[in-house]
Amino acid sequence: MAEATQPILELEHITKRFPGVLANDDITWHLNQGEIHAFLGENGAGKSTLMNMIYGLYQPDAGQIKVRGQVVQMASPQTAIELGIGMVHQHFMLVPTLTVAENIVLGSEPRRNGIFYDKHTTEKNILEISQKYGLAVDPGALIKDISVGLQQRVEIVKALYRGANILILDEPTAVLSPQEADELFVTLRQLREAGESIIFITHKMKEVLKVSDRVSVLRGGRIVGQADPKTIDEKALANLVVGRDVNLQVEKTAAKPGEVILNVDNLHALNDRNLLCLRGASFLIRAGEILGIAGVEGNGQTELVEVLTGLRPALDGRITLLSENVTGASPRNLLDMGVAHIPEDRYKRAMVMDYPVAENMVLSTFHRPPFARGPFIDRQAIHDHAVALVKEYDVRTPDVETPGGNLSGGNQQKVVVAREFSRPIRLLIASQPSRGVDAGATEFIHRKIIEKRDAGCAILLVSAELDEVMALADVIAVIYRGRLVATMAAKMATRELLGQYMTGQKGGTGALSP
Amino acid sequence: MKVRASSFTGGSALTPFLAIILALACGALIIWVSGYDVVDAYRGLARGAFGSKNNWAETLVATSPYILAGLAVAFAFQCGLFNIGGGGQLIMGAITSTWVGYHGTGLPMAIHLPLTILAGAAGGAAWAALAGWLKASFGAHEVITTIMLNYVAAYLLDFLVNGPMHGASAIPKTPDIAVTARLPILLSDTRLHAGIIIALIMVGIIHVLLYKTTLGLSIRLVGANPTAAENAGLPQSRYILTAMMISGALAGLAGTFEIIGVNYALPTPFNSEYGFDAIAIALLGRSTPLGVLLAAFLFGAMRNGASTMQIAAMVPSNIISMIQAFVIFFLSAEILFGWIWKRKAVVPPVATAGG
Repeated sequence: MAEATQPILELEHITKRFPGVLANDDITWHLNQGEIHAFLGENGAGKSTLMNMIYGLYQPDAGQIKVRGQVVQMASPQTAIELGIGMVHQHFMLVPTLTVAENIVLGSEPRRNGIFYDKHTTEKNILEISQKYGLAVDPGALIKDISVGLQQRVEIVKALYRGANILILDEPTAVLSPQEADELFVTLRQLREAGESIIFITHKMKEVLKVSDRVSVLRGGRIVGQADPKTIDEKALANLVVGRDVNLQVEKTAAKPGEVILNVDNLHALNDRNLLCLRGASFLIRAGEILGIAGVEGNGQTELVEVLTGLRPALDGRITLLSENVTGASPRNLLDMGVAHIPEDRYKRAMVMDYPVAENMVLSTFHRPPFARGPFIDRQAIHDHAVALVKEYDVRTPDVETPGGNLSGGNQQKVVVAREFSRPIRLLIASQPSRGVDAGATEFIHRKIIEKRDAGCAILLVSAELDEVMALADVIAVIYRGRLVATMAAKMATRELLGQYMTGQKGGTGALSP
Repeated sequence: MKVRASSFTGGSALTPFLAIILALACGALIIWVSGYDVVDAYRGLARGAFGSKNNWAETLVATSPYILAGLAVAFAFQCGLFNIGGGGQLIMGAITSTWVGYHGTGLPMAIHLPLTILAGAAGGAAWAALAGWLKASFGAHEVITTIMLNYVAAYLLDFLVNGPMHGASAIPKTPDIAVTARLPILLSDTRLHAGIIIALIMVGIIHVLLYKTTLGLSIRLVGANPTAAENAGLPQSRYILTAMMISGALAGLAGTFEIIGVNYALPTPFNSEYGFDAIAIALLGRSTPLGVLLAAFLFGAMRNGASTMQIAAMVPSNIISMIQAFVIFFLSAEILFGWIWKRKAVVPPVATAGG
């Protein structure tokens, strides 16, 4: 593509150091006027730090930032906004009970007579922006009533309203269905046509190839490569990201399903706001088989897993585990029956971050021999157990007495997997097992899950990452509004088909597909 | 940065020492501004606390209930519970032990004394169990219930001592407890009683319980991360009652020893301010048994030295309460210290969840 004469944003020898971590190491990079530039990298590669420096949240230790050729001191986000830089965070900064218009102008509202909120001018301004960029929003709708995809659009309009012509989008597709993501890509192209320059942060390679004009790959705080998405393929890009050959496809043989391990029938449950979030979920999983649940987040996955692990009561329905009725059983009962759980939220559910790795490895088993001798705990046994597991699961930690919170996401997840897999289990419930986990650890964890399957364990995999579900599962079910609206053999499933079920375009009544 | 309720159980071990030094400095400033001699005042404080055999003995007499009440609060903290009811549990322990103390006449000391102590522990435990049960069964917050139960205990004491348990004298107190229910004096011509030894033993027991047993680990895990503990099969509701009862038993013992080691009869009102000092001690001691021991000793020494300071340097003994308050103030300001120290060394961003 044509190089603009003057890059709109330049970074020169940017270095940022945190205690013990070199987050960004001598980064020199530029963004051209009117391009979509993707930043690709694993978690902890330094993407967020770099963006936070561009947005004025951190100051670099060395190097300088230029906007439109001028050296600038990015003292705070306020400075960044004044310079025309806008950021759409991964977690939206919106007030659910206010309208779209109010959210967009919040903090810089048009006023009448200096004190009164001028609703008319606000909506007129927003309409102008909508038309200019082709971003339709309903100014009067409440944020809590609109879809996640629309909320994200509101965030973009908000940045544009503040005069942004450089837009930073931090993992914008993480919360979107495939269809919504496609819509976002259309929006991004429209913005580019209107002259906006866009930085797009992601760790999904498909998106990079789909939407960006140029891609920079970050690894270990450095830019290890730049590429033109038109001339590079996914495999080469993946190698750049992890720095070695990775296996995108999980290697596995055909499943050999055995007896039914888990039978869930007509399950109903309430969510934390006492609204019905599971509305008759039914499925069964056999030994040696992986059932993958695909779905846009917030369709009852979290609650389903919580009910199955005894953390949330079922309102109605029946759960049968190994031909025993376990509806309403306690987490301890289920643990003892051989249910393993990799929770979606490591901080909240899976680990005690202030506690050493060793303790975290025995969280659910320390009350039993060999870790307990009568009422006393056997520290040595706990220590030795952890040392062995750290070795077996390749957990990168200085030692087993290091607090779990000091480990990287991938290594924390390995601790959880090691803990759950180190006792005899019949059913594994893995919820977002690769969330916040780097590609290397993800590959490792996936391999371990397949090993468990081949050893005859029944596995329920819940993931917001369609690629993960499609790579691991033998049978795929789609959850939509608390019901499994489709169940199919994995080899029958395509992204498009799953996407249609995930967004309710198909099977909305809960009918079963072939 | 994630805000944690770790001020009581975590953090740097250095902060308490710094808080004490800063508090003493602030105390010195106030003494000086008020026109007194700082050196005289602190010398008087030290002499009052450690100047003679008797001063030492009195310091330890003051330390014993602080240790036990401090342990009580610390133990509950370890389970994530905020037991404000040390005062009430202490009163209930005093009531039950006093009752056994003067009713059990004729029993040999080898039976009567342990029975009295157990009664005191049981009284405190039962009172705390009430709050624990309310929380485990109905979700009633223990801060509210324990504070309310403090009042109930104080008025119950008032009723009992002016009514059914009233002694022979005109003043509102119970009959004296039997000699067989009294703790032996360790040091002749002083009031130093065996309560300090039992308190030290309790420090050891609680330390072992918390750090060497499965129950202790369960309680600490529940306190550190209740949702992860629940996931691992350790529901908080199951440990609330246990933790509250152990906590209450310790507070009950604090009350018991004030009766069977010092007063030999129960007056009303009874010094329930221990309950609140205990919170300060647990905070200062980082809720570890050994930390509580040191903090209790400091508070005991300061409290005991205060009167000598008042006589020697004419400084009102209330200044000690101010210094103690300063200690807590500076401990609570740990966030501020952290900010000052770590201003340059910015905490690296936690890698956001990838999805």
